[in-house]
Amino acid sequence: MNADRTPPHSILEIRDLTVRLPPGGDRTNAVENVSMHVNAGEIVCVVGESGSGKSVTAQTVIGLLPREQLTPTSGSVIFEGEDVLTLSRERMRGLRGKRISMIFQEPMTALNPVVRVGRQIAEVFRSHGLEPGRGGMPSISDLLESVRLPEPERLQNSYPHQLSGGQRQRIMIAMALALSPSLLLADEPTTALDVTTQARILKLIREMQDRYHNGVLFITHDFGVVAEIADRVVVMRDGQVVEQGPTDRILRNPQQDYTRMLISAVPSMVPAKRKRAPDAPVALRTENLAKTYGGGSWFRKGWEVKAAEAVNLELRRGQTLGIVGESGSGKSTVARCVVRLIDPTGGKVYLGDTEIGNVRLRELKPMRKRIQIIFQDPYRSLNPRRSIGKSLIEGPTNFGVPEREAWARAVQLLEIVGIDPDAHARFPHQFSGGQRQRICIARALAMEPDVLVADEAVSALDVSVQAQVLDLLTDIRDRFDLSVLFITHDLRVAAQVCDSVAVMHQGRVVEYEPVEQLFAAPTHPYTRELLAAAPGRHWNFQAFCEATETVAALDG
Amino acid sequence: MTTDVSFEAGARDERALSVWAATLRFLLRNRSVQIGGGLLVLMIAIALLAPLLWTVSPTRLDTAMRLRPPGPDAWMGTDPFGRDVYSRVIYGSRISLLVGLTVAMTAALVGTVLGILAGYIRWLDGILMRVMDGLMAIPAILLAIAMIAVLGAGIGSVIIAITVPEVPRVVRLVRSIVLSVREEPYVEAAVALGTPGHLVMVRHILPNTIAPLLVQGTYICAFAILIESILSFLGAGVPPTIPTWGNIMAEGRIYFQISPWNIFFPATFLALTILSVNVLGDGLRDTLDPRLQRSV
Amino acid sequence: MALYILRRLLAVIPVMLVVAVFVFLLIRLGPGDPAAQLAGDAATAEDIQRIRERLGLHLPIHVQFITWFGNILQGDLGMSIANNRPVSSLILARLEPTLMLTLTTIIFVVLVAVPLGAIAAWNHGRWIDRAVMAFSVLGFSIPVFVLAYILIYVFAMWLGVAPVQGFVSPTDSLYRFFAHIALPVLSLSTIYIALVARITRATVVETLGEDYIRTAYSKGVRDRDILLKHALRNSWVPVVTVIGISIAALIGGVVVTESVYNIPGLGRLTVDAVLASDYPVIQGLILVFSFTYVLINLVVDITYAALDPRIRY
Repeated sequence: MNADRTPPHSILEIRDLTVRLPPGGDRTNAVENVSMHVNAGEIVCVVGESGSGKSVTAQTVIGLLPREQLTPTSGSVIFEGEDVLTLSRERMRGLRGKRISMIFQEPMTALNPVVRVGRQIAEVFRSHGLEPGRGGMPSISDLLESVRLPEPERLQNSYPHQLSGGQRQRIMIAMALALSPSLLLADEPTTALDVTTQARILKLIREMQDRYHNGVLFITHDFGVVAEIADRVVVMRDGQVVEQGPTDRILRNPQQDYTRMLISAVPSMVPAKRKRAPDAPVALRTENLAKTYGGGSWFRKGWEVKAAEAVNLELRRGQTLGIVGESGSGKSTVARCVVRLIDPTGGKVYLGDTEIGNVRLRELKPMRKRIQIIFQDPYRSLNPRRSIGKSLIEGPTNFGVPEREAWARAVQLLEIVGIDPDAHARFPHQFSGGQRQRICIARALAMEPDVLVADEAVSALDVSVQAQVLDLLTDIRDRFDLSVLFITHDLRVAAQVCDSVAVMHQGRVVEYEPVEQLFAAPTHPYTRELLAAAPGRHWNFQAFCEATETVAALDG
Repeated sequence: MTTDVSFEAGARDERALSVWAATLRFLLRNRSVQIGGGLLVLMIAIALLAPLLWTVSPTRLDTAMRLRPPGPDAWMGTDPFGRDVYSRVIYGSRISLLVGLTVAMTAALVGTVLGILAGYIRWLDGILMRVMDGLMAIPAILLAIAMIAVLGAGIGSVIIAITVPEVPRVVRLVRSIVLSVREEPYVEAAVALGTPGHLVMVRHILPNTIAPLLVQGTYICAFAILIESILSFLGAGVPPTIPTWGNIMAEGRIYFQISPWNIFFPATFLALTILSVNVLGDGLRDTLDPRLQRSV
Repeated sequence: MALYILRRLLAVIPVMLVVAVFVFLLIRLGPGDPAAQLAGDAATAEDIQRIRERLGLHLPIHVQFITWFGNILQGDLGMSIANNRPVSSLILARLEPTLMLTLTTIIFVVLVAVPLGAIAAWNHGRWIDRAVMAFSVLGFSIPVFVLAYILIYVFAMWLGVAPVQGFVSPTDSLYRFFAHIALPVLSLSTIYIALVARITRATVVETLGEDYIRTAYSKGVRDRDILLKHALRNSWVPVVTVIGISIAALIGGVVVTESVYNIPGLGRLTVDAVLASDYPVIQGLILVFSFTYVLINLVVDITYAALDPRIRY
């Protein structure tokens, strides 16, 4: 991409870096014998699952390792000819923000909430004895304009909470690039953003890098993002480098099994082909479902948020209906309404033939066992004080199943979801995230429900674990003839598991089609935008080659 | 049926028991818990064994022995009425600990019940919390003084008078825990599983209050011991006929310049007891509250 | 903003109403006949009846409350039983020493405790942090009057550098004012220094772990600016809250301190009133103290809104 600029000189060179973890962890080193380099004008993606040591590597480079907890024990980090591991505290401070800068994952918390953003940007200059807009330095407005923020004059006087996530990330980028550093570290900078915002921020990082010709070390877990932005890729696992090379080579021809597995675990944008009975009985149906929050009080003007409005959905037995949308689209509101964790403010919910959206809690109870829900966060979905066995029998015993019978069923279910039944007396903290999500599935299945609602149930999991849990969900759906309402923000996942998909935007269903049709010929502009924003849509990860089908057409 | 023998109740209880034992062992590893707990156990032992420890009756008057300095006859000297300060201080530990522990337990119990009600019943929440706000607006000592003035001096009324101002703090704590835990996915999962409301509360929500209540309870205990001594010292607490640390000091007040031991010894015991409870509280908080653990 | 202040002001009403009802009921519904208690042991039935009528105790309870509350709203807190003067004038006469004592204490506490807590937090886990924490636990556990006597013993009796007791108004002699107020302030402030330093430390430690502090480091901000401009600037909400809330406890401490140092303030008035069973004075004092507490916390709330951009009106 930058072949015309000669010669490529190395800005950052990490050699045999080892960083030790505090004693008592599950391994001795956070990072072990890691070597990589970043050239000027190059974006290097470090890819890995959680615990791979990718963030620790970046923190070492900029000297932000938590003090007294993580210590580099060997190797060197050569930045512009100097080993940063040997620099004094003050000298290192002088480099930060000026020659090396960093942007982070959470734009919501990365800015000081009580200081105007303009002053926060100015602080970069002042910390290095400079003044924005003087001595050849860009002004705050110039910087805000360069990251394409509207009305720079007004915006610099805003506080962070008045800005959207995407805007805050732009502020972070403006701050990071204020003094034109030669190296930018980006630690999952788009992971917390919605997919359409992510696409714009990725584009911006590309643009800025073309302009400043700096090196970028970009940390991500998402091969979609890699395909979108990287010149070279470094794959990490358990603190070690598994493989590195040019993006095209890694994506087409990965040498290591782990890399192959990671790449092929990225779900395809091409919907899976599956036979389905078009006239299966309807298991769950909503009729003009609505949920409005708010209302006035004496001294406050009435405020109202229409979280969901006029939602009409139909889920047939044995099928999966996806609800896809960005944050705030109302997709989770719908999920919680149909399970009656919250009460809808309008419309009806039919479970089979029975209306459950408006009935009293007493009448609702017998219906509870017919519809179950799985949540996003596996770490908070199980009561930490109860053994998983007890969690599994809680539902059935609520409905009068004798305890002994419930235990027997729990054992079977644990086996079905792939957990050793002997582990029934263990507590949630003794399981990994993926295992806990399996246990939650077993807990829901113990009720023998007709409908299973999965609310972002795989979103918090690493991509390889995510693939396994998705397989399990598909497997149990077919095995128990379940109907699944699948809530997700991830189009790729939806393409793989859903029979039909409803796209939600600002509380409304904007498009609702069988999955093949939705992906092949989206009609609503928002759906088109969503599909176009999916990172790496031009790539077929399972086949290790460019995508040829359907979605690529959108680019035209 | 034979395969699931390991699911028998006995096996599960054993597990549960070992969880408690492990928690206790974990707690006892903390230095503050060791020091504070050890000191407190010593104080409790003194209070329980008081009749064996005192040398003469704590209320025996001996006009020939007025205001003696500490010596072999009276280890901590004597007071203006010739009573033995050592015996009185030993006796005083009974009152202090009785008041401290009773207040802590009553406040925790009443506060928990009201806190659950506030956190669970919408219409009651507003009223109850306004009343609690009002109670909290009255300085604790003043409220206690006024209540004792009305109820009459006595250990019972002192305990009530110290408990009432402490209740709102517990109510707020419990209510906030109930409100936040109610949003946890595992509680919502239990609701979706058809678990009845009271069982959701007992099984899934209330266990989260135990650790914070224990910590808060120790602080209340320390505070109650402090307030009791202040009330007695001001002459507005336990009747002067009963030797409490506050009363002993109140009687020694006017003679402070010539015989400071009348104040010094009960003061030392008082400060040490409060210190031990506070240190224990800090230790419990550090080990039981993972959120605060990082910062303290 | 004006609407916010109005809302907060209106929120004071129910709180004060609860206080008033409580204070009223406490005296009226307590066991025993207040009139008989006031009259003393030697009183005849007519004496008691006369007192009852003078206090309006023969009327229905809600009428009593409305009359009483109406009087309060007009600034009439009733008459003292012990010395037959209006409660409000008794309170006004004793206001100055207490005001001086509490104001000096609060200023002293903030000046000492906030830097102490911030320094401890910055050196989290090192010896200086442990020393501050040890002091804090100790200061937290020493009863005010015990400390007061230790200070009197050391500074007044042993070293002889401070007067033992009494109060001098700063308008009479600023030097003698400080000489007299020094030991009371020291006694009263220790527990609050312990409390405020502790909260400051815990808050700053937590703030230092925030993402935006990491951002500040990554920008190359100097250590001093990170502590002052970022960490402390974001920590003062809990700190000011605890200062506001502990005013209630401070008022309690005032009662004891004034008693030990023989300062003729509201604290001594309280003790005297209790010993003389002067209920109207006790009621008046509780109302005044509670109202002060509520007002101070109102001011604290409004300050947040003015200074923290995230608080919406």
